Amino acid sequence: MSLLTQAETVALALSFKIALVGVFCSLPVAIGCAWLLARKRFFGKPLFEGLLLLPLILPPVVTGYILLIMFGHHGAIGRWLDAAGLSIAFRWTGAALAAAVMAFPLLVVALRNAFESVDRRLENAAATLGAGAWRIFFSVTLPLSLRGLVAGLALAFARAFGEFGATITFVSSIPGQTRTLPIALYELISTPGGEGGALRLTLVAVIVALLAGLIAALMLLRGGERGAGAEA
Amino acid sequence: MIELDLALQRGEFSLELALQSSARALALFGPSGCGKTSTLLAIAGLLRPQRGRIAINDHVLFDSRAGVDVATARRDLGVVFQDARLFPHLTVRENLRYGMPRSAASQAYDDVVQLLQLAALLKRRPGQLSGGQIRRVAIGRALLRQPHALLLDEPLSNLHREARVEVLEHLHGLKREFALTTILVSHQPDEVIALADQVARIEDGRLVALEDVETFQASAKPPDAPHLCAAG
Repeated sequence: MSLLTQAETVALALSFKIALVGVFCSLPVAIGCAWLLARKRFFGKPLFEGLLLLPLILPPVVTGYILLIMFGHHGAIGRWLDAAGLSIAFRWTGAALAAAVMAFPLLVVALRNAFESVDRRLENAAATLGAGAWRIFFSVTLPLSLRGLVAGLALAFARAFGEFGATITFVSSIPGQTRTLPIALYELISTPGGEGGALRLTLVAVIVALLAGLIAALMLLRGGERGAGAEA
Repeated sequence: MIELDLALQRGEFSLELALQSSARALALFGPSGCGKTSTLLAIAGLLRPQRGRIAINDHVLFDSRAGVDVATARRDLGVVFQDARLFPHLTVRENLRYGMPRSAASQAYDDVVQLLQLAALLKRRPGQLSGGQIRRVAIGRALLRQPHALLLDEPLSNLHREARVEVLEHLHGLKREFALTTILVSHQPDEVIALADQVARIEDGRLVALEDVETFQASAKPPDAPHLCAAG
């Protein structure tokens, strides 16, 4: 006997898929932004940082509405995507985009901290050994940031998994397409007799969040061993 | 041939250094904070002088007038840092091979491993090595870069007496085997006497004397570890 109903299982599986795709698609961009913040000085850096953190600060419904304006069927980008047959509005890919946007700041903050904790003198040593910027990043910076990266992925996954406001605003609640676990939970709470299902989904959400938190804590516990150093 | 003409400002500290030396092994000698390590970092390309010229064996590494500033990775220098800077996530073998040019013969690797007696350490990580072993691996890694000159920053500092003798013996061995132009930074007279042919005395960022090691030895205080000189 299954612990969850079929609809609940579908919502759970969909949430996993959306969170995984969202987080892994945003990872390369998050790595690039975090590296810029950790390693470079440039004009407008505080503004750039503020913009990256915006999804964390804005009401999720605002983020969802901005996504709708941009990626909806009549949106500036959405129109172009529709014409190319790549529409994401009211589809699971749109939900993944919303999850990615909402989880992005957590990923950037965790990665930035991880990159900053890497001793820059090791990167300099790699340069004296003939390594260029890309090789230094992939052979020194990234491997030494691995714990922070895993912690950031775990936290971002949990955030994406639990995303509600931006998702429902942008892609609504379509069973099997965009009805993720939090949306299904909200609908169960609003439905007479849905208390049992709501409790089951709440339990699942708590377990996922706890596991993600545990992974992040374990990674970060030993992540701060290496101090940052600089030549000049 | 070593040609240095440097002007470098770091906060309150100013370095103005000009010298030419045809010595095989030149020591930059002076008290802590006199600018010798800054000079070494400028030669390595890790600090950018405000103006000047750096050339070693006809390789022009920096020339502010001519607009030359060769990237650190392309200076082809072997740098042994005071703190070794081995990559903690790589094995000794991987550290040694990190800077090896692709064209390098595997015999070169075998020779360095044999010369520095590293065969038994190859599978270990830096965290599993003693101070003397770490320094030997750092020297081997720099040599395997197949550099046209070797930069040594306080190669015997923070080592206990036995490790100092051990590392010094290996430095003498490679001086014989490789005949590389070497620039050594030190504040310890015995280290300078044991390794250098010529000595640049630096105080407060200025060159106060450029003398043969014999002249330096005659004027230096008696070394605190006479056996080091005997090892040469």
